[in-house]
Amino acid sequence: MVSPILELKDINKSFGHVQANKNINLIINKGTIHGIIGENGAGKSTLMSIVYGLYQADSGTININGKNVKLKSPRDSIINGIGMVHQHFMLVENFTVLENIILGFEGELVFGKNLEKAKKNLRNICDTYKLNIDLNSKISDLSVGFRQRVEILKSLYRGAEILILDEPTGVLTPQEVDELFKILRSLRDEGKTIVLITHKLIEIMDLTTVVSVMRQGEIVGHTKTENTNKEKLAEMMVGRSVLLRLDKSFAKRGDVIFKVKNLTVKDDLGVTRVKNVDLEIHSGEILGIAGVTGNGQTELLEALSGIRKVDSGEILLEKIKISDSEKFLDPRQLKEKGLAHVPEDRQRMGLVTDFKAYENLIFGYHDQKSFSSSSILNHNDILAHSKKIMKEYDVRPQSPHLITSNFSGGNQQKIILSRELNENPKVLLVGQPTRGVDIGAIEFIHQRLIDMRDKGAAILLVSVELDEVLSLSDRILVMFDGGIVGEKINKNVTDRELGLLMAGVV
Amino acid sequence: MTTLVDKSKVPWWVSNLIVPLVNLTLALIVSGLFIFIAGENPFEAVRLIIFGSFGYIEGFAYTLYYTTNFIFTGLAFAVAFHCRLFNIGGEGQAYIGGLGVFLVAINFSFLPVPLVWLLSIFGAVLFGAAWAFVPAYLQATRGSHVVITTIMFNFIASSLMVFLLVDVIRDTAQMGPHTVALPKEQWFPGFKDLAATFGIKIRYSPLNISFLLAIIASFFVWFLIWKTKWGYEMRAVGHNTQAAIYAGISPYKNIIIAMCVSGGLAGLLGVNEILGVHHKIVAGFPAGYGFTGIAVALMGRNHPVGIFPAAFLFGILYQGGSEVTFDMPNITRYMFVAVQGLIILFSGALENLFRPQIESFFVKKLNHGVKI
Repeated sequence: MVSPILELKDINKSFGHVQANKNINLIINKGTIHGIIGENGAGKSTLMSIVYGLYQADSGTININGKNVKLKSPRDSIINGIGMVHQHFMLVENFTVLENIILGFEGELVFGKNLEKAKKNLRNICDTYKLNIDLNSKISDLSVGFRQRVEILKSLYRGAEILILDEPTGVLTPQEVDELFKILRSLRDEGKTIVLITHKLIEIMDLTTVVSVMRQGEIVGHTKTENTNKEKLAEMMVGRSVLLRLDKSFAKRGDVIFKVKNLTVKDDLGVTRVKNVDLEIHSGEILGIAGVTGNGQTELLEALSGIRKVDSGEILLEKIKISDSEKFLDPRQLKEKGLAHVPEDRQRMGLVTDFKAYENLIFGYHDQKSFSSSSILNHNDILAHSKKIMKEYDVRPQSPHLITSNFSGGNQQKIILSRELNENPKVLLVGQPTRGVDIGAIEFIHQRLIDMRDKGAAILLVSVELDEVLSLSDRILVMFDGGIVGEKINKNVTDRELGLLMAGVV
Repeated sequence: MTTLVDKSKVPWWVSNLIVPLVNLTLALIVSGLFIFIAGENPFEAVRLIIFGSFGYIEGFAYTLYYTTNFIFTGLAFAVAFHCRLFNIGGEGQAYIGGLGVFLVAINFSFLPVPLVWLLSIFGAVLFGAAWAFVPAYLQATRGSHVVITTIMFNFIASSLMVFLLVDVIRDTAQMGPHTVALPKEQWFPGFKDLAATFGIKIRYSPLNISFLLAIIASFFVWFLIWKTKWGYEMRAVGHNTQAAIYAGISPYKNIIIAMCVSGGLAGLLGVNEILGVHHKIVAGFPAGYGFTGIAVALMGRNHPVGIFPAAFLFGILYQGGSEVTFDMPNITRYMFVAVQGLIILFSGALENLFRPQIESFFVKKLNHGVKI
């Protein structure tokens, strides 16, 4: 017999004029894994923040075990048995696991009896759910997957019956995801309730009992997972049917136009992040680089695009050396030579978010004759150009005078993409082209990249989304710990094979 | 509960006119309270301020003279701020700028007067810019924060000028720390001379044609920041340095350009003071205008169109304030420093105190109107 452990009734929440949650009704049953899926900005995180006491709802009621509760702060929620594992872990790096868990719950001035009790208690929890954590290891020595387990352990120790996980797999390797799912299943089997927030359809299908779909602040449907499929869920999420598989012809490979020889790059702290990397890109192909975040992809992109100094090795564009440890061309000179770059982090690097859209649409190209004569910007030409490419790339709203930060993530990305693609570059470096972008825009962006390829551009795609790398690339390199650990032709490769490479296992 | 307002729905005049006016009114109410506590009638004080700054022609001329100085130093701060640099060194840059004016004027006195003027203005800009260059260079290459270095450079400028005025360029016929006067024909035509040509006789006032130079400088700054590639790059570096590097814009180059333009604008204060008023270098002539310029720029939202009224407001306070201290024995000069402080507090530090409430009020009002 299933009984509702958490019940939300008519929850409303708005930020100014934006209604983030509209009349949300949600019943979560004890001992289930309940998935909440939706595009970015659909209101999933807001809803869960209300449940965890970070925000207060404007109206509506929350019942736990049939009893009405007021959740004014996370402490209220913890007392009521709700735990949350955030996307970004809340751990003190130079503390041990034990110290992190009892932080704020020490219970006594000098550690003694209670500490021993806590240790015993924690070991019990670890054994029950097979968490396999050494309580005395320092957080800074643990991998991301283990840090996440520490967060789970912390919630359980504090008596969580309902565990909310916000996009838990974003930073994990496929193997770590498998491990996490095992733990979540055993938690469910022991009677805990899990709420999984995600935008990945595979995880929902794999793990959940019931799924609720959110769109634009509303819940558009609840369904048992066994009664649905990926395509149906995707359609509910975006409100129309989407193409999950990309139509793409075979690459017509031309000559090698971009070549990297034995490249080594250090980061700002002097740590070697890219180690002896060799790669070649032909015109008319997309070379994908798969890898878990932080294995040198960022530094590789920065070095190739002229932002970061090369430590040793060289980079050649159309057989002409553009960078080595002695000298390198800056990004603007590279742009003139036909190398465009869509950076990984659009808000930190790709855009000046306080600028108006038209100012960002010429960013990095403002030196060109069509945009400025001597030192004066030609505003009329810039505006005409902006209107034209905003229409071409379906940037919404089409108002070049709007401040860029007012555009949604997907539209900001389109601004960058239109700017970089408009010049028909010979080489295009793309980092995380669809991170935080909704499905509709992903489709559009992917199609544009394929079009560029078919026009003969050499494209280097760096993405942590394995699906993206698999659906776009013609050839795939896997990066691990700064080096290339494998090359695969994208035809007969499985995500399992890539996952093992990404984890550094083979 | 705090309310978030959809910024794109707020009309420009609410955020740029109503909000500053409310803040200003609040500052004046609190100032009135101070004056009341000091034992004087605040309404009488307001009357005196208005009379002192507008009531008679010489008073108004003084107001505009102060306005001139505040425009220069306000613009100077604003230009650097667009590159996110806090140039606190306007005071020192103005002082050294004055040295530039004097040295050019005295050494090129054989040239025709208009040419001397032009060269002196150039000298002011060059010297002011040079004084800002050192902190700029240190910031760009070594990361030494300009807030610290420019403050230091104010002291260095002050000591250097005292040294020069005592030991090197002092008028040896006099005891005081000042130079000889420039030849009379080099003096900037004053407002008094101008009025005289129209047959109006007025008493002395320091207002001179530098006021026009301040207006030209305002146009220059507007054009530089919003219409040129230089301004575009400076703003890009200011808003997001990493993005600027990504786009191939050099932060190094732009920090130096922004600081030098800023220093040059501060140096122009020397033109007003040396060619227009003192006609020689006197010790300590920048008299705090460099610092007040920071408040002017903040209040004017770093835009020339805002800086002009803000400078005018501070001009009124300076001139009207001195009138009040004359007539009200309980009110000292320092009282008006406190009033300035309150204005800076309310329109700078507490700028957003009532902004959300005011903006959401107008957004609701206006949207309501649309529905009907």
